[in-house]
Amino acid sequence: MATLTEAKPEAVLSNDEILRYSRHLIMPEVGMEGQQKLKAAKVLCIGAGGLGSPLALYLTAAGVGTLGIVDFDVVDYTNLQRQIIHTTADVGRKKLDSAADKLKAINPYINLRTFDTRLSSANALELFREFDIIADGTDNFPTRYLVNDACVLTGKPNVYGSIFRFEGQASVFATENGPCYRCLYPEPPPPGLVPSCAEGGVLGILPGLVGVIQATETIKLILGQGDPLIGRLLLVDALGMKFRELKLRKSADCPACGKNPTVKELIDYNEFCGVRGEEAPVATDVPTVTVQELKQQLDSKKDLFILDVREPHEYQICNLNGYLIPLGDLPKRVHELDSSREIVAHCRSGVRSGKAVAFLRQAGFKKVRNLTGGILEWADKIDPGMPKY
Amino acid sequence: MPQIQIPTPLRQYAGKQATVDVSAKNVGEALNGLITQHPELRRHLYTDDGSLRAFVNVYVNDEDMRYLQKEATALKDGDTISIVPSIAGGC
Repeated sequence: MATLTEAKPEAVLSNDEILRYSRHLIMPEVGMEGQQKLKAAKVLCIGAGGLGSPLALYLTAAGVGTLGIVDFDVVDYTNLQRQIIHTTADVGRKKLDSAADKLKAINPYINLRTFDTRLSSANALELFREFDIIADGTDNFPTRYLVNDACVLTGKPNVYGSIFRFEGQASVFATENGPCYRCLYPEPPPPGLVPSCAEGGVLGILPGLVGVIQATETIKLILGQGDPLIGRLLLVDALGMKFRELKLRKSADCPACGKNPTVKELIDYNEFCGVRGEEAPVATDVPTVTVQELKQQLDSKKDLFILDVREPHEYQICNLNGYLIPLGDLPKRVHELDSSREIVAHCRSGVRSGKAVAFLRQAGFKKVRNLTGGILEWADKIDPGMPKY
Repeated sequence: MPQIQIPTPLRQYAGKQATVDVSAKNVGEALNGLITQHPELRRHLYTDDGSLRAFVNVYVNDEDMRYLQKEATALKDGDTISIVPSIAGGC
């Protein structure tokens, strides 16, 4: 296949670089020509998180000449279980600064370009035009569709990976004759129907596994070697340790890359995905109680029934001695609740319990309220000794 | 008997099972059998007007049913139906 980047004269390797890349140089699939292609290549990683960590680390080590990273986030403790580019000492730092330190330490010969911004419809096209390949390591549907459409509009391949719990997907979208993300999924799911990693959890090694697949595909595209994942969706099941492959086709009706595309410019992707801002949709029209009010009422021995709608494994981490009915089981276990009692429902942050309260009120419960901010807020404001997760 | 592979995000609505065996002649029957066994799956797979949701793809072995005969795609013993919803996680 045609390669994406031709070796340019400035991509000549110094003696230090020749030594560094010697294990590449002695294999025929890379060789001097391939290594110079890598040096001339410009790859943009969207996100320096779970997928972005292995992606950026391996692309840097491999000698990709120009690596861009877009991220606006700050390292926190819950990132460290999987985002291996960041260390405990980096907590509180910008992910870009933390990542840049590690990448420069691995390979001082690459040109690292950091973009301290949230990728948006306003900046994506301009940004993408400066790169050859886009590697999508984002974590939400609006940005997935934004990256896809911007790749189609600028003609840049989209090296795609996404993860959930112990399952991953990878593909290469938006190449000249290949399908794009919208050929596979023309529309996003309604908000709230598909849980995010923050809600559903993710096995720490999984972004490693999938991010390395993305790095591999990126390097293959640059080298023009092997069979890229174009027109194929790789499904990774880490629990079963099974890799399956599904056929993807470029759809003639695709709104982005089909015969009569309707996506001619970038749109408002939050609106497209039914999300306002980055917040998960919270049932705001249900009655609420603050953690301070709850504490006061419990201290004054008011008769309250605490309903915990989290999962049993979350209850084991910390709890308020509530009665546990996971949100998903609520419809079939609603008879266990006494509608004459005052009920305060809570979950981790207040989203699931908001849904539970809305459901219970529809079911005729009048005295049920949602604990604003959930058990996290309780740990912050009332009981600092309580573990947070 | 054809087997339906349930993806992780939907297993909670399918009795936590990774696979469900159904007796069916075609894909439509198989999916019907699935939501009869696990009624909670219905709203995750179908819209209110009964069409399959746009973010749920159904494969027969490695082929997208949209490029076969859709719900009328015939099934034989040993065929695998995969439900592949979109996932977005990455951080």
